[in-house]
Amino acid sequence: MAETNQNLYSGTFNIEGGNFNSAGIVSTGIKSTLKKLGIPSDLVRKAAIVSYEAEINVVSYAKKGVMTLTVHPGVVCIEVTDEGPGIPNIDLAMQEGYSTADQRIREMGFGAGMGLCNIRNYSDAFQIESEVGKGTRLKMTITTP
Amino acid sequence: MKIEEIVQALGLEVKCAKDCLDREVTGGYTGDLLSDVMGNSKAGYIWITRQVHQNIVAVASLKEHSAIILINSSQPTAETMDKAEAEKIPIMVSDLPAFEISGKIYNLLTANS
Repeated sequence: MAETNQNLYSGTFNIEGGNFNSAGIVSTGIKSTLKKLGIPSDLVRKAAIVSYEAEINVVSYAKKGVMTLTVHPGVVCIEVTDEGPGIPNIDLAMQEGYSTADQRIREMGFGAGMGLCNIRNYSDAFQIESEVGKGTRLKMTITTP
Repeated sequence: MKIEEIVQALGLEVKCAKDCLDREVTGGYTGDLLSDVMGNSKAGYIWITRQVHQNIVAVASLKEHSAIILINSSQPTAETMDKAEAEKIPIMVSDLPAFEISGKIYNLLTANS
């Protein structure tokens, strides 16, 4: 059906690694964009959690990253690609509580090893690819039930 | 129950977004790990924490919390206050530790439900 393939929105946002002062600005923008598009509130809530956690991961670990938001009727797709250290063992990184965060990050209440779990739990489809020394790519899809 | 009623009942000090205290509080969540709060709190909740840095405002805004309460007389940073004012997230300060202020708010909310 042509209707379901209709592209409601596409946008790309840069995330600055290491800057906790502006952390959350991209996900806040994504949330307000989705609200303006009239996306159902349960989808907006999930997208807010997923995009925030992905943004914080880039800020915490990478030099920089790019978040892409694509919206079709009933489908929100968020992709994040970063230039960071990469994840040597994805299974380990996906375990709740596992974290490589330093003390500074933990003191702020980040780096508790829950971010990727939140992303997985609040996405309807989730893909993660990573190459050590190059970076990490996440793809999250949230759909209306 | 409205934020204003909780402020009055518990003698909380309102630090910012003083014109947003007529919001309804639907529940509460206590935590200092931001991902825990992101994953487990809900819209309308009052968030009780000891974190004072500006990232708490983004979390509260994204989760549509009704307000933030800082414990043990912790003071928000200047950046936190500015952001909270801009995002219209009331921040209150309590001199009580997390366990006690959480218990008092729980009692207020359940007595009113």
